[in-house]
Amino acid sequence: MSDILVYAETAGSAIHPVTFELLGKAGELAERLGLKVSSAVLGYNISDEAPELIYHGADKVYVYDDERLRDLNVISYKNVLVRLAREIKPEIFLLGATPWGRSLAPRIAAALDTGLTADCIDLQISEDGRLIQVRPAFTGNILAYIETTSKPIMATIRYRVMKKPPRDPDRRGEIIARKPEGIDEEWVRCLGKISEKRVSLADAEVIVAGGRGLKRKEDLRLLEELAGLLCGVIGVSRPLVEEGWISKDHQVGFSGNVVKPKLYIACGISGSPQHLAGMRDSNMIIAINNDPSAPIFRYADYGVVADLYDAIPKLIHSLTEAMSREGRSSRRA
Amino acid sequence: MGQEFRIIVLIKQVPDIEKVRFDVDTGRVDRSSAPGETNPFDLHALEAGLQIKERFGGSITIISMGPRQAESSLKDALARGADRAILLTDPRLAGADTIATAKALAATIKKLGRFDLILCGEKTVDGDTGQVGPEVAELLEIPHAAYVCEIREVTRESIKVVSDMGDKYLYELKLPALLTVTRELNSPRLPTLKGLLRAKRAEIEIWTADNLLEYASIDQLGFQGSKTRVTKVIIPGVEHRKGIILRGDDAVKKISEVILREVLRR
Repeated sequence: MSDILVYAETAGSAIHPVTFELLGKAGELAERLGLKVSSAVLGYNISDEAPELIYHGADKVYVYDDERLRDLNVISYKNVLVRLAREIKPEIFLLGATPWGRSLAPRIAAALDTGLTADCIDLQISEDGRLIQVRPAFTGNILAYIETTSKPIMATIRYRVMKKPPRDPDRRGEIIARKPEGIDEEWVRCLGKISEKRVSLADAEVIVAGGRGLKRKEDLRLLEELAGLLCGVIGVSRPLVEEGWISKDHQVGFSGNVVKPKLYIACGISGSPQHLAGMRDSNMIIAINNDPSAPIFRYADYGVVADLYDAIPKLIHSLTEAMSREGRSSRRA
Repeated sequence: MGQEFRIIVLIKQVPDIEKVRFDVDTGRVDRSSAPGETNPFDLHALEAGLQIKERFGGSITIISMGPRQAESSLKDALARGADRAILLTDPRLAGADTIATAKALAATIKKLGRFDLILCGEKTVDGDTGQVGPEVAELLEIPHAAYVCEIREVTRESIKVVSDMGDKYLYELKLPALLTVTRELNSPRLPTLKGLLRAKRAEIEIWTADNLLEYASIDQLGFQGSKTRVTKVIIPGVEHRKGIILRGDDAVKKISEVILREVLRR
């Protein structure tokens, strides 16, 4: 029986959570199409992680645990995965649409001479059993439905759009240790990680974002206060990063982070297409802007036409009061 | 100091995404509604090439694939300081997905002969895939680094770059190599008057599929060579949003209630 192959991304030793989401989707597709789910994990000292892949839906896990795979070397990783794909001939091959996945997947697709669909947000099966890949394009302005005519069908899938399956430690599967071949010792040398991402907007439940409506860098504190109150993090539109007010980790948009929080509060953001592409799928969007014609209002569930310097302190005050009331009543209960 | 340092920059003309109109009913992108411009990310790739050329000498060749009007983007690149510009334009190359595009570009590069460095933007604002760069690298059998936000050191043999993959990594690549670059890498310069005059006189070389046949067969190119098909396009509406606009004294209070009710409930 052929496979759906899921690449289990590791950075350091932990498996990237997008992997579990992919395994969940792969399991669903496998059942419909009569396939098995395989996963491949590469890295150093990562063997202990293999059972997790089985608990989350893999039937078979290929483990390449080797010191020479400690660093993310795109040539070595490509060679190992291309060899595996040539051997097990999967029908479908999925990778996370993380920066690493989006750098690695095209090389594999070109080596296998097959089609690759980038940054999918959905995978569907047509009535006659064909895989339909759904992805945004034109800076998030359109959704394209794509079919692949070659095998394996390859796609990278955006983080946090598929549901993570429940972990089932009673699930059984096969773990196969492999020796990597095709290690690159000539082309690419990783000289180390030089900085860590400090904040993960992709994981945030609440994002309070600021744009050009802010007058000074110091005014980001106002947003920080609101974010702190809601256990959220700060996001910004691109101009603020370009001004050097805050690091790119905080940038929301097409060339920054694509986010999908429970709540997105856009403060003084007009809503350029490049910004909208990064946040339009948020569960709830609240916009505060003094310009009633700002495009962001068309994408918002609630729009407040107001000066943010007036509205945000009031909002902080109002929320603080309500939360302390709530705190009192829950203590009574 | 031996052979000149040869840089290739891959660029694409895209519709101005701020102006382009989308037909919600038919799912069509009305490309005529917006003027074409060079993909913004590609300007940073060109700037990186110009800075390296300033230090090493050498030459910059621009390659683009697209309709004839993409010539204006190539002229613009010449005006900013590129030396040579090639436009692949041919109905037989049209309708290409990323792999077919990469094959056409790789065949062009092979035909040009020796090169040291290929630069391109991390992605385009229309396709959004970011795949063509790494695919070209694979087809040319050279290393690549994606999301390059800093170039630390260039020698004749190798290049040291910082790759922004959330965490940032320092890589050393053996040349020839390909880089896809982010907007943080640099600030693109504008064309100079002298450059504009030079570009005005310069010829854009027009290549067709026939120029590539040594390195790619017709069935590998364009729509025919594509392995993916777009079967449907929809323009996602925003009608699922409540779109409630609030003003005045009560607005903040209402928003505060919404936040408490919808978001902080457990």
